[in-house]
Amino acid sequence: MSNLFDLLVAGLATGAIYALVAVGFTLLWQTSQTINFAQGEFVMLPAFLMLATMHAGAPFWLAIILGILLSMILLGLAFKMLLVDPMMRHGVLPLAIATMALAIGIKEAVKQFFSAEASPFPSIVPTGDISILGHAVSLQSIGVLVLAILAVFGLTSLLNRTSLGHQMQAAAQNPTVARIIGVPVERMILLTFLINAFLVALASLLITPIYLAKFSSGEVLGQAAFIAAIVGGFNQVRGAIAGGLLIGVLDNLAAAYVSTQYRAAVPMIFLIAVILFRPQGLLGRAEERTV
Amino acid sequence: MSAVLEVTGIKKNFGGISAVDGVSFDVREGEILGLIGPNGCGKSTLFNCILGQLTPSGGEVKLDGKLVTGLRPAELNKLGVSRTFQLLQVFPKLSVRENLILAGQEHQGSMASRLVGRSDAGLTEAANQMIGFFKLDHLADEPAGGLSYGQQKLLDAAMAFMGGPRLVLLDEPAGGVNPSMLSDLKDRLVAINREKNATFVVIEHNMEFVMSLCSRVMVMAEGKVLAMGRPDEVRKNPAVIEAYLGH
Amino acid sequence: MSGFAKPLKIALGLIVIAGLIIVPMNFNRYGLFILSQWAVMSIAAMGLNLTLGYAGQVSLAQGAFVGIGAYAAAIMTTQGWPLPAAIVVAIVLSFAVGWVLGYPALRVQHHYLAFVTLAFSTLAFLVFRNESWLTGGIYGISNIPRPHIFGIATNKPLPFYYVCLGSLAIVSLAVWWLIRSPWGRAFMALRENPLRAQSLGVDTRRYTLMAFAIGSALGGIAGALYAPLTQYIDPVPFNLSLSLDLLMMVIVGGAGFYFGPFLGAMIAVLLPEWLRFTEGYYLMLYAVAVMLLLIWSPTGILGILDRYLAERRTKAASALRAVAKSRLETVQ
Repeated sequence: MSNLFDLLVAGLATGAIYALVAVGFTLLWQTSQTINFAQGEFVMLPAFLMLATMHAGAPFWLAIILGILLSMILLGLAFKMLLVDPMMRHGVLPLAIATMALAIGIKEAVKQFFSAEASPFPSIVPTGDISILGHAVSLQSIGVLVLAILAVFGLTSLLNRTSLGHQMQAAAQNPTVARIIGVPVERMILLTFLINAFLVALASLLITPIYLAKFSSGEVLGQAAFIAAIVGGFNQVRGAIAGGLLIGVLDNLAAAYVSTQYRAAVPMIFLIAVILFRPQGLLGRAEERTV
Repeated sequence: MSAVLEVTGIKKNFGGISAVDGVSFDVREGEILGLIGPNGCGKSTLFNCILGQLTPSGGEVKLDGKLVTGLRPAELNKLGVSRTFQLLQVFPKLSVRENLILAGQEHQGSMASRLVGRSDAGLTEAANQMIGFFKLDHLADEPAGGLSYGQQKLLDAAMAFMGGPRLVLLDEPAGGVNPSMLSDLKDRLVAINREKNATFVVIEHNMEFVMSLCSRVMVMAEGKVLAMGRPDEVRKNPAVIEAYLGH
Repeated sequence: MSGFAKPLKIALGLIVIAGLIIVPMNFNRYGLFILSQWAVMSIAAMGLNLTLGYAGQVSLAQGAFVGIGAYAAAIMTTQGWPLPAAIVVAIVLSFAVGWVLGYPALRVQHHYLAFVTLAFSTLAFLVFRNESWLTGGIYGISNIPRPHIFGIATNKPLPFYYVCLGSLAIVSLAVWWLIRSPWGRAFMALRENPLRAQSLGVDTRRYTLMAFAIGSALGGIAGALYAPLTQYIDPVPFNLSLSLDLLMMVIVGGAGFYFGPFLGAMIAVLLPEWLRFTEGYYLMLYAVAVMLLLIWSPTGILGILDRYLAERRTKAASALRAVAKSRLETVQ
């Protein structure tokens, strides 16, 4: 039992990080039909940006701020203006392919300019264990969980409680109507890109201390985020959150109870089952189809 | 005259809303039956139920006395039922001739024989005839997407005839077609009806077109059949006048 | 491609074919390896182009089928079977698995389909890696023999290059036949308007499955050639990135264009080699080049040519119309 409890906490912690990444992923899909195959690399990069600023002599707190800002410029603003904007009107597939190329580019750039080896990364939450209900639980897991939940909570309040959030939702659901009622759709789309960049930077900050900073670490993360987004419901923020948590827990349980060899197969099979039997996702709405 | 198509008590509900509510009628061999009614009265839904695009919530469809309810569109097409759509449905990147060959090829031989056989499935001649019949000669090698709206409508109709169908359901063939092309289209339909003894059901809002083309007209309102009869009878029917002019 | 005169096209084709046969004769071992790899990847990309470019079904699993073909060939030929028999098995196997993978496409489309095939790709990789009794696991299979064709040993790079080139030629002809047949037309109908296709009697279910199965079978053939080409296989080359690379080849070359895969494979295989002089930067430059190309022309390289020819045609047509109009006016 104690084992199961630990697994659940660790699963929820990784799941919360997946959720951050998946939420950003669905936001991009909703506002601009971007399937970002580089989302995993987007998580990998900010840690290196922070490391670079630290190498340049900045203290950790400053490196975090600069890293997040740089991510928002590179992965938010530049990504949207240089790649997404020119390609958006040409349909989903060419843009998706371009993000695949981008993923290769980011990976190679990190390998070339930083290192091909894994680098350690400082944790922003203290390490060690605390005792909850008689269980020793790693502080890091708790810290990650709390921070991720705060971020998600902040985002959902922004989307659901503020007029800015309502405008963003309007821009995502029906840009034409939104434009007519005076929503600055273009600015709202840019905002979702900036939010995505912020979320991946945060995810990077939380997950890198656990898995180390490595150029190739985005592959696994990106896939986990895809799966989380689809499983939860591609067109829903709360679906992506639930999907992230679910995949995190499933991942950890699979690692413990399924052979390590086929651990990675569990989320995949789950994904296939969800797509085939509930394509709108566990929490998603069916996308309207017209004959 | 025997019935080609017998429709009995077709129903279709979407959620709690009933779009088609127990419609029964039959289509006689060789006739042109018009189907009219206000927007949203269930005409297109009825078509889609008959043609297997939607599964009806109740009722049955018989073709030549055989039950065909629930067959897939492709299977029905093989049995000689063809259709056009309300919105343009041609294959924009294929040429006009390729569109027509495609429209007929699945009626030639088996799937395996079409793989090893001629690349045009032996239909170039038939396609060219159809092109001539619909006066599209100068456009035969153009991609269908480059044609004007009216020309695409003609092509759309022509495609429905390539398989040599016995029964064709046309969903607003005249919508958006300019008057000179409209009389062309009517001539073509009448000619095919006479020469090939094909039976038509035509949904149309253009009253003049329906009244002059059809031998019988069925009027629908709110998912039900309101009236059925010769055009002049229907025109005088008080219930029909009420449905169109009332509210 | 209808803008060129036919004799010109034939002459151009013959020159390219002759070039592919004659020029590599003085290539070194490495050059021949790269060129053979181009031929093999062209076959795999051609398969994906059939599924995606012609029939419009997104697949992120083509790399898995290359893997299935490669393992089938590696296992059989190291057990003493001749390569042609292994190729037949690779075709049958990947055709069957591709057929099954087509079933999800009957339920879901677009990005959902992409993710199902992506998941399949990962699962296939896990099987390659974990079922060591069959695949040798992470140690892979080595000493894969190259075949004797008509009694001629193809151990040396040049003869084996000709095996790859010959296979490419056969596959190209078969695909050419297929896309010009009524099946090719039905595939395109599936891509452009499945609803209308159904109403014209096109059995969209069966054609969808066929598009997957045939495309996958070509992936299998490519794999069955890849194994004797490298003479050693392990699971790594057949992970998800191969599927993504193949997809990139198809889109970059031009999806739905017959010659797209040849060009796409050329860029994916040769461009990084040409960029080798930049050392560590070559993949980065490749990625940037792909992005720039797609921004410029989302329909790939052949899309540029196609647009140019279409423009020329409309210009010619409007010129004709202007002439006709002026004649009409003079008559009046």
